Amino acid sequence: MRIEYFQLITRIDALDLEAGTLEALGQVPLTSTIFEGHFPGYPIMPGVLLIESMAQACGHLILATLKYEVMPFLIEVRNAKMRSFVQPGAALQVSARIEHVGSGYVVAHARIAHEGKKVTEAEIRFRTMPFPSDAMRDVMLDLVESLGLPRPQLKGGSAP
Amino acid sequence: MTSTFDRIADIIADVCNIERDQIKPDAHVIKDLGIDSLDFLDVTFAIDKAFAIKMPIEKWTQEVNEGKTPPETYFVMKNLCARIDELVAAKTSA
Repeated sequence: MRIEYFQLITRIDALDLEAGTLEALGQVPLTSTIFEGHFPGYPIMPGVLLIESMAQACGHLILATLKYEVMPFLIEVRNAKMRSFVQPGAALQVSARIEHVGSGYVVAHARIAHEGKKVTEAEIRFRTMPFPSDAMRDVMLDLVESLGLPRPQLKGGSAP
Repeated sequence: MTSTFDRIADIIADVCNIERDQIKPDAHVIKDLGIDSLDFLDVTFAIDKAFAIKMPIEKWTQEVNEGKTPPETYFVMKNLCARIDELVAAKTSA
């Protein structure tokens, strides 16, 4: 997890396209400038970053499901619940599941657990659009590979 | 049996917080009902779920943007309901 670079997924542990699920690790760093401000003397992971962690897990799942042909953009978060604090150094299990793939949008559910206990959950909706550029798609493909998945072989063969 | 119009009007009223009485067959969902793109996406999801279909919104939008189809074909309530009936019938016969 590189909070300052908004990379909140450390590793993708499992991807099941048939079931529409993804499991990932979000390793919260021990130190970060964010913890200096949130909060001084009492560092906890901001709830918005927990939501972003879930959104990124869903995003990777959607990218793979839709074969990296479109990019998901966060548009809606519903029923988000923060059940307990997350402190520096926590190893978070981030789970994502697709509920519905519509025309130009996807509805997903995600949750985060820490040491077996549910920390947060939400329904997250995304608009899916063509990648703004090939460069951006390449960035996402590089990121996916760095997170532990084989580099996707794309239709048309432009990726690797 | 509840009509397609009534089911969709109920969905729109619920999702978009619009008075049910305002939703008429000739109402344009964007111009008359003021539904923005995000709310329309929520409506689409609710309709997809309720009718077990996948509304081809991207295709419809593309046709409208390219001038191939007038927006009323898809976005006036009575026509939207007709399109949904067609999608349901196509799915049933498949």
